[in-house]
Amino acid sequence: MAAGNAPAWPAGAGTPRTVEPGRAAPPQELPEGIGAEDLRALYRYMLLQRTAEERIIHLYRQGAVVGACFTGYGHEAIAVGAAYALGPMDVAATLHRDLGARLVLGMPVRLYFANFLGRTGSPTRGREGNLHIGGLGPRILLHTDFIGANVAVAAGAALAFAVRREERVAMAFFGEGALATGEYHEGVNLAAVQRLPLALVCWNNQFALSTPVAQEICGPIVERMAGYGMPASAVDGNDVLAVYRAARTAVDRARRGEGPSFVECCTMRIRGHSEADDASYVPKALLDEWRPRDPVARFEARLREFGVLDSGEAEALRAGVVAEVDAAQAWAEASPPPDPTELERGVYCEARPWP
Amino acid sequence: MTYLEAIADGLREAMRADPSVIVLGEDVAVYGGAFKLTRGLLEEFGDRRVIDTPISEAGIVGAAVGAALVGLRPVAEMQFADFISNAFNQLVNVAATSAYRAGGCVPLVVRAPCGAGTHGGPFHSQSVEAYFFHAPGLKIVLPSTPEDAKGLLLSAIADPNPVLFLEHKALYRSLRGPVDGGLAFVPLGRAAVRRPGRDVTVATYGMMAHRSLEAAEAAAREGVEAEVIDLRTLLPLDLETIAESVARTSRLLVVHEDRLRGGLGAEIASYIGEHLFTSLDAPVSRVAAPDTPVPYAPPLEGAYLPSAERIREAIVRLARW
Repeated sequence: MAAGNAPAWPAGAGTPRTVEPGRAAPPQELPEGIGAEDLRALYRYMLLQRTAEERIIHLYRQGAVVGACFTGYGHEAIAVGAAYALGPMDVAATLHRDLGARLVLGMPVRLYFANFLGRTGSPTRGREGNLHIGGLGPRILLHTDFIGANVAVAAGAALAFAVRREERVAMAFFGEGALATGEYHEGVNLAAVQRLPLALVCWNNQFALSTPVAQEICGPIVERMAGYGMPASAVDGNDVLAVYRAARTAVDRARRGEGPSFVECCTMRIRGHSEADDASYVPKALLDEWRPRDPVARFEARLREFGVLDSGEAEALRAGVVAEVDAAQAWAEASPPPDPTELERGVYCEARPWP
Repeated sequence: MTYLEAIADGLREAMRADPSVIVLGEDVAVYGGAFKLTRGLLEEFGDRRVIDTPISEAGIVGAAVGAALVGLRPVAEMQFADFISNAFNQLVNVAATSAYRAGGCVPLVVRAPCGAGTHGGPFHSQSVEAYFFHAPGLKIVLPSTPEDAKGLLLSAIADPNPVLFLEHKALYRSLRGPVDGGLAFVPLGRAAVRRPGRDVTVATYGMMAHRSLEAAEAAAREGVEAEVIDLRTLLPLDLETIAESVARTSRLLVVHEDRLRGGLGAEIASYIGEHLFTSLDAPVSRVAAPDTPVPYAPPLEGAYLPSAERIREAIVRLARW
């Protein structure tokens, strides 16, 4: 499946536009440089996120996962599509709905299970739970649990790339709720005035916990972002190729030294804020409207349509993903929980790399 | 060299030694900083390493965190320590917890001119150390001499942890002292005995180190010999040096410019009470600012700041207990 003609849509960088959530037209052609292998890889990452998160929900209901349980259920196209646009030396600041992005950037799924289960096999060794992991290799920035603060930190990574004249890009993931915070503004504004290589990926899932988007932000988000002097586009966040294409435009622009861009990925939070939230405040009509647009099922159907995934291949791929999740869970469960004697260890970094 | 020149010298030496050291903050580049401390850095190191930012303390410290995570050693300037409350989340929640959460080293320094005595009023005079003293993962420094100001800043920049480097702005141009050239490190976490004495231990830091020394000289004229310990690094706190001194003198006075309630003196007094109870011949005492915002008008500000006379009285009172 070679790349088709240059896509007519989305206009992307340079043309702020508003798309009603979920109403964006799907791109008609494949993004440039995306072949059959990429399509299968994108699908596999999305399916891996979905399968792992369904397993974690199961473990949470069994009581094996303690505390809160957040997933990116229904956000897979955004996490995977945007991260897939990054180059091998680029970094991302990811949040609690972005498992797929971490998978694309090289995090083994076993660490996801180990962190949720509070085991020493996780990079946090049980000091953090959920998907609050980062600092993994050079590409996934240390997790920051405040959505707006995360953006300022990502801007700092982009600043470092600019200081060192490296052709690297930082990407920040966050929900639309972040736009109401001061730290978001400070981070984005700094990136804008300094023309930092930053790609801003917003999952507009229409609710900040129970607060609907109309009570968070006035007016179209892309128009607000255009006010920072940066290109802003809105895409169907349940269409992985649309997300990839817009993110790729933003990443390429950043790499050329032309500054930050913003991509609004319109989606819907299909489950509660966390698994403890029944989301009874969400109008049923909204869920009925969005459920048929499930990004994973939809992309699988498209791949079949494209002829890159037949029934046998789909079945084999699914079996492979389930086996990977089984193995990851088993590895995590075999990893010992932290010993209480570790409690006061590691408050400070010991290494002194300079001078 | 003045205290201000010593800090600037430390910054310059660090930037010469390591290209990963950058300076960012409000008005630090072209203008040279509100106190002109960073003057000349832009010319020597260029606008990639000396960066003027918008007014955005959270953005500045947040960007410093991100830059540190990918290998730079940023030195962020708060124009006044009072403004750091806007960056509290980034410093306390994000930067300071990184090592514990995931072994993430965040080698950054936040420089902040603190303290009263220059008629700055409530928003330009505060001592902020107690807010941050409670934060695990952070280090806090407050030098009282030019030599320490340079050497501790070098150590702070070289440290793999986030360091809050407080500079007393009343000392910037009023205090001169000898300073070694080059990378003259002074280690973090070690107090300095500024004046030996057998009768009373005075633990202090910052501008109060000078007033305590003045008070100790006055007390000496009354036959009381006070040992004055300059803490220099507030976190981690060198409690051993204080305890070793108190074991000899049996009396402890803590002096700080910061407010009394919940200040460092409370922690030090509690530690000494727990560990040296049987050695004490007098209650551990504190001289500190009152629990009010910092006032502006000279008569009020003068009354707010602990004076050498108040400190002398406390030393003599403890000695004669």
